[in-house]
Amino acid sequence: MTSGNGTWLIKGARPASGPQADLLLSDGLITEAGLRLSAAGAQVLDATGLIALPGLVDLHTHLREPGREDAETVQTGTAAAALGGYTAVHAMANTDPVADTAGVVEQIWRLGRHAGLCDVQPVGAVTAGLAGSHLAELGAMADSAARVRVFSDDGRCVADAVLMRRALEYVKAFDGVIAQHAQEPRLTDGAQVNEGELSGRLGLAGWPAVAEEAIIARDCLLAAHVGSALHVCHVSTAGSVEIIRWAKAKGWRVTAEVTPHHLLLTEDLAAGYDPVYKVNPPLRTEADVAALRAGLADGTIDCVATDHAPHPLEDKETEWQVAAFGMTGLETALRVVHLAMVETGLLDWAGVADRMSIRPAVIGRLNGGGAPLHGCALEPGSPANLVLYDPAASSVVDPAEHASRSRNTPFAGMELPGRIQATFLRGVPTVIDAKLAR
Amino acid sequence: MKRHLISAADLSRDDALLILDTAEELAQMADRPIRKLPTLRGRTVVNLFYEDSTRTRISFEAAAKRLSADVINFSAKGSSVAKGESLKDTALTLEAMGADAVVIRHPASGAPHRLARWVRGSVVNAGDGTHEHPTQALLDAFTMRRRLGRLDGLRVTIVGDILHSRVARSNVLLLHTLGADVTLVAPPTLLPVAVSSWPCDVSYDLSAALPKTDVVMMLRIQAERMSAAYFPTVREYSRRYGLDAGRVALLPEHAIVMHPGPMNRGVEIAAGVADSPRSTIVEQVANGVSVRMAVLYLLLGGADGGSDRPEGSR
Repeated sequence: MTSGNGTWLIKGARPASGPQADLLLSDGLITEAGLRLSAAGAQVLDATGLIALPGLVDLHTHLREPGREDAETVQTGTAAAALGGYTAVHAMANTDPVADTAGVVEQIWRLGRHAGLCDVQPVGAVTAGLAGSHLAELGAMADSAARVRVFSDDGRCVADAVLMRRALEYVKAFDGVIAQHAQEPRLTDGAQVNEGELSGRLGLAGWPAVAEEAIIARDCLLAAHVGSALHVCHVSTAGSVEIIRWAKAKGWRVTAEVTPHHLLLTEDLAAGYDPVYKVNPPLRTEADVAALRAGLADGTIDCVATDHAPHPLEDKETEWQVAAFGMTGLETALRVVHLAMVETGLLDWAGVADRMSIRPAVIGRLNGGGAPLHGCALEPGSPANLVLYDPAASSVVDPAEHASRSRNTPFAGMELPGRIQATFLRGVPTVIDAKLAR
Repeated sequence: MKRHLISAADLSRDDALLILDTAEELAQMADRPIRKLPTLRGRTVVNLFYEDSTRTRISFEAAAKRLSADVINFSAKGSSVAKGESLKDTALTLEAMGADAVVIRHPASGAPHRLARWVRGSVVNAGDGTHEHPTQALLDAFTMRRRLGRLDGLRVTIVGDILHSRVARSNVLLLHTLGADVTLVAPPTLLPVAVSSWPCDVSYDLSAALPKTDVVMMLRIQAERMSAAYFPTVREYSRRYGLDAGRVALLPEHAIVMHPGPMNRGVEIAAGVADSPRSTIVEQVANGVSVRMAVLYLLLGGADGGSDRPEGSR
């Protein structure tokens, strides 16, 4: 921290909706909002031309620690998150050891607190060891210091219908939600790319849309039957959007996320067999991208979640079949959404705030009940979690500049709009001038 | 011609015809007392084989040696692709040894594409996973043209496990380029879901296709496909999609029978059919050497001395 009394005065930022206003941040809160504010001793940040959004919340991040610190750590992953405008991330459970006990989730939660760059909310595994055979101690994780509410075997599908039903039922006791990686395993044995014209031409085993859609349909019905909350991870097909739209129309407690890469990229990028484009679920078709954008715009898909999946170079510089699935995303998510949703007129900035902060905070249970508060409107009394974004800037993505320990971004070399100028976590800057504040 | 031969789609009609015509000239040499040309003296051809394929390897080896190239056989078989030295490190090793061409056989589709990023020499795909096998398609086209005198308008029926066949993919692409009309015949389970986008016709009925066929090409069927429910039993597959004497009788008199080998006699092809005068199976092997000589000759700077080769390559 630099000089001053810890109070920040942000001048001239434009909120996602409503008129331009200055914001005074003090003691972790937004204490004043209005025109021509002044405060003695406050550090002043000239935010003219910048948009102020509530700090972003990611429901789907792989921080890799413990176990794969060569790919990412809580420190490097939360640095990447802060640089991307995030103030809270949900850390997926597929670590080594798996986050399936109170001990492991508390360790991850403490590592996040220690890093101090971004709140780390651990996600607990649904099944012990992600093995899909019996439930992990969901209640113990919920009662732990990490107060886990989101449970997921992400990376693997809870394919057993009875186990999925029980998990949905069980978490009702503590207002939990099951976040499903929807992938019917038998239909995707060895699958490499979206099944269609391209998979046939490339001679790569296909990952058919039905393998995702069949699980989503089943899980919506199960959630309705037991009256519980289902969250669908990384929706990737037009058919999935339709099924979720139908489930929501019934009034069922179903929410869904889409990744930035599925909003922008299509399967044809795989044609050169470069595994930087290998991801699960796979990149799909133009029609799917259009349906995902429309679904996010009309709220069928509740939020954008990165599925930030760092991998070391040697796991990607291989034959396609051997390479790891996944892409990094924290540092580019807001800019990709800007390009895919705002520049296309599908979302305004209030919509972006809703889909990248407010709704994911609600789904992740970060909007009250003892959790650090996220996803709040930028008004007096709210925690001072916010991002200042320059929509007029533009630059070419250079993975070498990323804070993530890994470089597997599919956006490398692509010109993206915008710049994350500053991020504040409870009134303290984590990013200033598009660089880490400390 | 492009620098590499990775897909049959890399070849224009002129490229393909140049290879076939060159192969025809080189085939004449096989009848001479000394079967060796000095053309590639001092050049190094590496056979990089991650899969057991004696017939393809010795075919490339014979081709390179008849052109006087130095041949290095690098067998990485048994070192599963997930273990051992990475393809990239192997590529850098070959690069350091000065390989002018790398002939690669690999179980992973697209491995030759990756290799081409890491070596400066020409990459020749000798079969990658379930993707392509372009020199097999070239030798098949060469064989058809020799037997039947033309390719344009020729009716070619390819039968069997299209979904997993690199031979089928390369043949469909090349034969389409050369003006032949291809029909694929298979149970629907063994066809790619989007096969309707391929430049060919599709049928589920072998007997119906045969009377309109000049060339029937039978693909090897692997018994393990049965356990993944692609078909109920080998016997049923053989009954519906095998080429036996009864079905051969449906072919026009001039029609030929091809098989890329190795055959499952009594499964996709009856022994009597494989050994009949219609069968080109042994010729295909001999023609393979001539076609691969032509490919190496043209890629490594044959006729025009390699004037179109990019800077930095030898």
